Amino acid sequence: MSVVNTVKVPKTRRGKRSLWVRMGESTLYAFGLPLILIGLWAVWATATSPKFFPTPAELAEAFVDTWVGKSFFEDVVPSLTRLGVGIIASIAVGIAVGTLVGLSRVLRELVEPIFEFFRAIPPPVMIPVITVILGATDSTKVIIIVLGAVWPVLLNTIDGVRGTDSVMKETARSFRITPIQRLWSLVLPAAMPRIMTGIRQAMSIALILMVISEMSNTSAGLGNRIVYFQRNYLVAEMWSGIALLGLVGVLLALIFGIVERRMLRWYHGVKETERG
Amino acid sequence: MAENLLTVTNLKKVYESSTGSVEAIADISFEMNRGELVCIVGPSGCGKTTLLKCIAGLLKPTAGTVRIDGTEVTAPPRNMAVVFQEYGRSLYPWLTVRGNVELPLRHQKLPKDERNRIIEDALEAVGLAGKHDSYPWQLSGGMQQRVAIARAVAYQPEVLVMDEPFAAVDAQTRADLEDLVRALHRDRGMSILFVTHDIDESVYLGERVVVLSSSPTWVQEDITVDLAPERDQISTRALPRFTELRTHVYQQVQRAKRGEAVRAS
Repeated sequence: MSVVNTVKVPKTRRGKRSLWVRMGESTLYAFGLPLILIGLWAVWATATSPKFFPTPAELAEAFVDTWVGKSFFEDVVPSLTRLGVGIIASIAVGIAVGTLVGLSRVLRELVEPIFEFFRAIPPPVMIPVITVILGATDSTKVIIIVLGAVWPVLLNTIDGVRGTDSVMKETARSFRITPIQRLWSLVLPAAMPRIMTGIRQAMSIALILMVISEMSNTSAGLGNRIVYFQRNYLVAEMWSGIALLGLVGVLLALIFGIVERRMLRWYHGVKETERG
Repeated sequence: MAENLLTVTNLKKVYESSTGSVEAIADISFEMNRGELVCIVGPSGCGKTTLLKCIAGLLKPTAGTVRIDGTEVTAPPRNMAVVFQEYGRSLYPWLTVRGNVELPLRHQKLPKDERNRIIEDALEAVGLAGKHDSYPWQLSGGMQQRVAIARAVAYQPEVLVMDEPFAAVDAQTRADLEDLVRALHRDRGMSILFVTHDIDESVYLGERVVVLSSSPTWVQEDITVDLAPERDQISTRALPRFTELRTHVYQQVQRAKRGEAVRAS
């Protein structure tokens, strides 16, 4: 047998010192602009002392006073729990239903008009309806989140499952791979890039709906607190809630990035090889 | 000695569509014995892939039958493995080399040791031992096709069906892969049905060459390649007999292209 050579896969292998330099650089990029903006804001707010904008120091103080301690467990943790449950339920339902619909042409033609109808309904208008049925409970809020966040996962899964490569499908058939095996080793991995795109969109929708679902009929939660502070002219506290929501968004994006890079290592590898 | 393995009888395939029907295959009949290496050549667009998919049980013929060991093929048969032309789309990029080779074994209830032995053996056979943990996309085209061949070998089929497997690799890699196919045939006694559009390749590899007409397709000629079983890229290709056979097949394919050959029916 002859010797064959491997195609060199581009690897970012550099010296040890340059790794530190690069880490420093990326930290600078990540925090540079926020720091500049905070600086400008501090100068502006101190100079003009606006009515509806606290200084960074005031905001930081209000942030610690408002969210560290009791409120963390009474407002933040329940909100984030509902958010987490809502996201996980959206992913589970979206992938399960999406796979079924994606695999069956009959089912697809049957449910697509219904999907279009329900997708067009803005989830916040369902708050009164579901509250009447289930009361002002955690379930109501989770359902509101799922009603909005399930769609991107569902629709992307359908497309991803439908788009399975024909040669890959024929390969599975010719090796007589069982339907369940085919699902796990072909259909779902092949659809995973699309599913991940859907999940990314679902996460931002879920965060929005988490806040909205807490703005009425509740006495706790992040959304409720922000509305409460607004109605009582607690400007710095109100802004601190908004800052906290921003931080939650950043945290979600970070978690998503780590999971995505692990699950789609092959996908990024293929893309990188194609680019040469 | 010559035991029949594969029989194609009056195979016909018509593609129906809204714009009308297209007859891809008119009437193909041929036989293949156990342990034979048969090449199928024909002008481009003559329905080679259609024929192969019918044989592999991936496509239902309009009329006629394909039999393996006397049993009619209606679904992909257990004792046949297919190597596709598009290795890039046939290998699963989310699985490692090992995972891809293991794929057809996963649903077979095999003891772990046995499974490992089969995988090792298949990778060894194609010269990829030690590449287990690479991903297909980290390998060159020729090596990816080796992985696909190893996967087919691991499935332990009676007959290996290959659809223009080396059409997308460069000439030098191609020569190596041709010798690999010869080695699988010689050392493991594998029956191989090899579809190609390359005339030289068909004569170099085959013990028989089946020349197809242009579409709608029928078997224009069935040629026995009377070259010694030990073949070598340099000396075999330099033999006067090789040139004769090559010229003969070439003329047949040219006639097929021009549609000159008339079916004796």
